[in-house]
Amino acid sequence: MAQALDPHAAIATQAGGIDDGPLTTADGQPLARALRRSQKRAKRRAFLLVLPLLAFILLTFVVPIAQMLQRSFYNDGFSANMPQVSAWFADTERGTDPDEAAWAALAADLTAAAENRSIGVVGTRINYDMAGTRSLFTSTGRKVRDGLEPPYQAALTEIDAKWADPVLWSTMREASSPVTTNFYLASLDRKRDAEGSITQVAENQRVYIMLFLRTFGLSLLITALTFVLGFPIAHLLATLPMRKSNLLMILVLLPFWTSLLVRTTSWIVLLQQQGVVNDLLVWANVIDANGRLQMIYNRTGTIIAMTHILLPFMILPLYSVMRTINPSYARAARSLGATSWTTFRRIYFPQTLPGLGAGALLVFILAVGYYITPALVGGSSGQLISNMIAMHMTDTLNWSMAAALAALLLAAVLLLYWCYDRMVGIDNLKLG
Amino acid sequence: MALPNYASPAERIWHWSYLLICTLIFIFLIAPILVIIPLSFNAEPYFTFTEKMRSFDPDGYSMRWYDSLLTFGMQAPDGPRNAGWWADAWANAKWINAAKNSIIIGFFSTILATFLGTLAALGLSRPEMPFRRAIMAILISPMIVPLIITATGMFFFYSNPCSVLGWVGLPTNCGRLAGTYLGVILAHATLGIPFVIITVTATLVGFDQSLNRAAASLGANPRTTFFRVTMPLILPGVISGALFAFVTSFDEVVAVLFIAGPDQQTIPRQMWNGIREQISPAILAVATILVIFSIALLTTVELLRRRSERLRGVTPH
Repeated sequence: MAQALDPHAAIATQAGGIDDGPLTTADGQPLARALRRSQKRAKRRAFLLVLPLLAFILLTFVVPIAQMLQRSFYNDGFSANMPQVSAWFADTERGTDPDEAAWAALAADLTAAAENRSIGVVGTRINYDMAGTRSLFTSTGRKVRDGLEPPYQAALTEIDAKWADPVLWSTMREASSPVTTNFYLASLDRKRDAEGSITQVAENQRVYIMLFLRTFGLSLLITALTFVLGFPIAHLLATLPMRKSNLLMILVLLPFWTSLLVRTTSWIVLLQQQGVVNDLLVWANVIDANGRLQMIYNRTGTIIAMTHILLPFMILPLYSVMRTINPSYARAARSLGATSWTTFRRIYFPQTLPGLGAGALLVFILAVGYYITPALVGGSSGQLISNMIAMHMTDTLNWSMAAALAALLLAAVLLLYWCYDRMVGIDNLKLG
Repeated sequence: MALPNYASPAERIWHWSYLLICTLIFIFLIAPILVIIPLSFNAEPYFTFTEKMRSFDPDGYSMRWYDSLLTFGMQAPDGPRNAGWWADAWANAKWINAAKNSIIIGFFSTILATFLGTLAALGLSRPEMPFRRAIMAILISPMIVPLIITATGMFFFYSNPCSVLGWVGLPTNCGRLAGTYLGVILAHATLGIPFVIITVTATLVGFDQSLNRAAASLGANPRTTFFRVTMPLILPGVISGALFAFVTSFDEVVAVLFIAGPDQQTIPRQMWNGIREQISPAILAVATILVIFSIALLTTVELLRRRSERLRGVTPH
């Protein structure tokens, strides 16, 4: 028994005796050291339990995202396949007109790239910054395979006069270094002109800033709507007797547990022009049969469906805070002569703020990243920034652009996540 | 929420209109989910209640959409329903294949997520755990980071998982995870882990550490203590975490769209295709089955929660 399992017990037996020297454990070690050692061992044990998961998450989640971020500013599609002309760009000042050496380098690179069948990659890379140039590269590639004769400038411009375009040369200069900020500039509707200064793109091509604004605007609106709809429900559930509120809670938890696609399908069924809601409105003579409302495949559809999907995320945190509010404060306020509105405004509502903050942040964070619902019910006016990322991933295959947009969205979400951790604490996140 | 005796008439009116507002919001919450159930029995290919349905004429209702789930993608859907027909359905019917895939992927990713997540939650709930807050924030982040971003990252990583080795100068080619079951299972486990961590740490908060010390003082070694004392008490939390992880996997579509191949068609992906192309009432039949499925899961979680509260001797508050 003296050889106790835990050093604290041993310390207790030793500390009982009065001794002039420093406190020691049963086996004669200084107390502080023994404590520190056991503390260290406990720390290591706790960490070892977490380690497998941490390694797993780092490998399957953090590394992929880090790689994606790297892709947003690193693209060697041009520089790796066009080494000679890239070297010429590196040696000369911005704005230098291409001399015959540059043309020779370009011709040699084009020939080599055509041989290696990497000319499509090069063309695609330039096409990102200057639309319509991919075909210039591929068609030139087909022709140069037979060999080019000097002078190269004349030979290349004979194949296609576009090779002499100074904008093309400045675009190639941009792409000649694998590290580029161009994708971020494009994400903010900016580009570099021939002199290398940053300008806005043409008015009809400015889409990304508008989409970011729309994403944040719609998310704010949806957060506000979930608050307006969620607050009375949370209050009712928190004040009803346990038995009744548990029963009503099912009505909140069932949507929470139901598949996202099921709920989105339901809204399509309800809101479409030949759907249930329009039928009801026609039957009630609110609208006539020809004036059926278009409520889906547009922004309205996105707002309604997302509000429904995110509403439980507002109700649950509000509810758990409201449960802990002591009703005697409100009663005291009433007994001191406050009206019910004053009591609500000055006594009850301030106490619900932590739940409101938690719910609002959670809903907003989830809303800015939503993809499935806007893609299915949003039409063209209800699309969010994540739909644009998906489009670049699957349709235009401009992966660096998708990565840059994703990086900007990620930065916004992480900022909000950090606020959430500060305000609420991640460990206080509750699920039903 | 009773009205006090001293309530003024205005307060009474407000009280009743408040209850009315709440009822309307509850209808908004639940009606969309329930309305599709009768519509899935529609005999006509419409998304609305037909005249016959409203008059409860049996001709207005049919099981044809449920039947079409079974026959969609079969070689000979109209043949006689003998053993060969059922074998054909089991092998070729698209919804049945999707269900099989969803269950396989959900099962393995749940096992992985629950095992790793529970282990980590046990470590995180120890008072000695260093950097707890930061590590917790990392482990929860797959739930917070928008799915489209996660899926984009995974798309690049899973197409060539060894490309990371290039950072330290090693060879960078070793096959691909995209388009394999393993890849989808790993991705779904990653997405399910936060739910396991949250549920299990929440259970461990209410766990009385002195029980472990009591077991140790009675001579139990750490392993016995864990399996005989800790585990039975946190089991409800672990099971509901596992259910959350399973539902996450079962409902996940973005990562599947990005990294799965044609062999890993799951139910949500099949639904996604169905909604995008021509939405057919067969989707409503699937949706109805899924709603019943989620009611069953919800009931299980609720029973588990009550059991865990009873075991710990806490009354609901």
